[in-house]
Amino acid sequence: MNSFMQTFSFLIQQMWIFAVPLLIVALGGMFSERSGVVNIALEGIMVIGAFCAIFFINTLQNVMSGQGLLLLAILISIAAGMLFSLPHAYASIRLRSDQTISGTALNMAAPALAIYIARMAQSNHVQQVQFNNTFRIRAVPYLADIPVIGPLLFQNTYITTFIGFAILAAAWVVLYKTRFGLRLRACGEHPQAADSVGVNVYKIRYAGVLISGALAGLGGLVFVIPTSTDFNATVSGYGFLAVAVLIFGQWKPMRIFVAALFFSIMKTLASAYSGIPFLKSLPIPSDIYKMIPYIMTLIVLAFSSRSSHAPRASGVPYDKGER
Amino acid sequence: MKKITRILSAPAFASVMSSLAAIAVGLLFGFFILLVSNPSQAFAGIWTIMKGGFSDGFKGIGNVLYYATPLIMTGLSVGFAFKTGLFNIGAPGQLIVGAFVGIWTAVNCAFVPQPILWVVCFIAAMLAGAVWGAIPGLFKALFNVHEVIACIMCNYIGMYLVNFTIKNTNTYDQLKNQTVNIGQAAIPKLGLDKVFYNLKGRYMDISSVNGGILIAVILAIVIYVLLNKTVLGYELRACGFNKDASRYAGIKEKRGIMLSMTVAGALAAGAGALMYLAPASGLHIHVIEVLSAQGFNGIPVALLGLSNPIGIIFSGLFVAYITQGGYYLQRLNYMSEIIDIIIAVIIYFSAFALMMKQVMAGLVSAKK
Repeated sequence: MNSFMQTFSFLIQQMWIFAVPLLIVALGGMFSERSGVVNIALEGIMVIGAFCAIFFINTLQNVMSGQGLLLLAILISIAAGMLFSLPHAYASIRLRSDQTISGTALNMAAPALAIYIARMAQSNHVQQVQFNNTFRIRAVPYLADIPVIGPLLFQNTYITTFIGFAILAAAWVVLYKTRFGLRLRACGEHPQAADSVGVNVYKIRYAGVLISGALAGLGGLVFVIPTSTDFNATVSGYGFLAVAVLIFGQWKPMRIFVAALFFSIMKTLASAYSGIPFLKSLPIPSDIYKMIPYIMTLIVLAFSSRSSHAPRASGVPYDKGER
Repeated sequence: MKKITRILSAPAFASVMSSLAAIAVGLLFGFFILLVSNPSQAFAGIWTIMKGGFSDGFKGIGNVLYYATPLIMTGLSVGFAFKTGLFNIGAPGQLIVGAFVGIWTAVNCAFVPQPILWVVCFIAAMLAGAVWGAIPGLFKALFNVHEVIACIMCNYIGMYLVNFTIKNTNTYDQLKNQTVNIGQAAIPKLGLDKVFYNLKGRYMDISSVNGGILIAVILAIVIYVLLNKTVLGYELRACGFNKDASRYAGIKEKRGIMLSMTVAGALAAGAGALMYLAPASGLHIHVIEVLSAQGFNGIPVALLGLSNPIGIIFSGLFVAYITQGGYYLQRLNYMSEIIDIIIAVIIYFSAFALMMKQVMAGLVSAKK
């Protein structure tokens, strides 16, 4: 029983490592799309957010360490993400251009910029930016001793996990319980109607894209910290997976959370199956296990996509003159 | 004068002009980066980028054609889907599935006479890609699953499936953890190597160009005709413009989605086959868990070519040309990543350019 519990809590701890960045970035995408702007650039923004923050850690890690440094890095990643999402906002809101175009441009520029700057700025001229992981929390005081929940949530964890939960709660409140959220949703469904009652569609959409930039930048950092000790100008397609989670979650915060959890559980089982005696005894090769998260997602989607709840005006530029 | 006005007001002319303007802005931006990173060589650097494939004589041009081949094919794949209102982000999966089936056929169908073996491999690859592309199409048409998410899932499934199959078939070179050589199935060079080479003394320094580029161009023309001169193409494009209106007009929208993704998948797979069946390229599929970057490159090429098959030929050539420039740029101690930045800026400004096009059209008609 004890060893079962140990395996189980290990798997759950692993699962958060996959789930939290997906959750944060998909929630970011939600704010952008609910305001009416498709944001395919999440991948690129993640790369830039992670790059700036890791570079910051790399520079300061001889002076600082631990949670203080991580919190500063988080602020950097948010700022970098917002800044990098600005061109996308400008092109798709002010210039009313096709939103896949500027998104693709950002996705293409991001890794190139990260590599270019890393090689120019680092004394060893390599593209990897190395960092020391001093951020893991072995056990949260007091909370870690709670039976069952303690090991699942409060041991071997990162402060970013709790930030992820906080963002989820905040996203739900902002979207459904505030005036801003109502306006945001209106701009994504029927911008003309929103405009006719005095909502500034352009401003709201800027806010939506900037929030998505902030969260995607943060998500990039959250993804890199637990999974690596250097940043190599990539977030392994997690930005695109976040887009998938966003659609899977039907553009709604709680459903996005469920989608992120579902995908992460599958992914954890696929990567840690050899630690589970029952799964290890099955004659299934590892490559097949690795396919399962993606196949399962497709199957679940096939059953759950009958009625799509995409924001109606998402991807449609708003032209004030066309009212 | 009348003739000039007619040319100026033609939409194709406006498209070309706006693309050129975007390229100019991109190069300017690249020059700025060069200037910031190392001012003393910035002029030499931007000159190298602009000379692109011409920096290395005929061999350079040949290599541009070689690198342009898969770019044109994936560009066609993405562009074709765009024209029919679908975003095919699944090219990485389709490409690798096609590449693997091409290689598998090359290894296992050696009984086919050598001159047509590569044709068989190429067709097998395209069929496999058609199936792989049809899957997201099927999910979209039957279950209303967004094609972007289905494509992303199929990318990963395809990659793992190919890794798994390579390891469990006779196409696996365990020592190098990659696919084996393709043997007799290489695409013929069709005399192109006799054109694009540099003479070094008595030694012919040939480029990697092969018949693949001709296939890519022919397929681009075929897709152009299919889209613009056939009823089917008209129906597919109508779905892209307004799917509700086309359904109302009696066009079978679901069949269109499936068909469009099938063709897009076949084209991306063709890119994979042309890459890995290229003669003496030394390319093998490595068994690694990374999605094929070449597959994603189709998106910028399609956008730059405004999804027009003929435009995509030129945008593919351009991207290959400037990428070659980036390769030579390393001689000046600049990083070749600057090329990706320039291309990104060009794509970004092509969004502006579309607006400029409307402004220009307005100016010309105002003059009348």
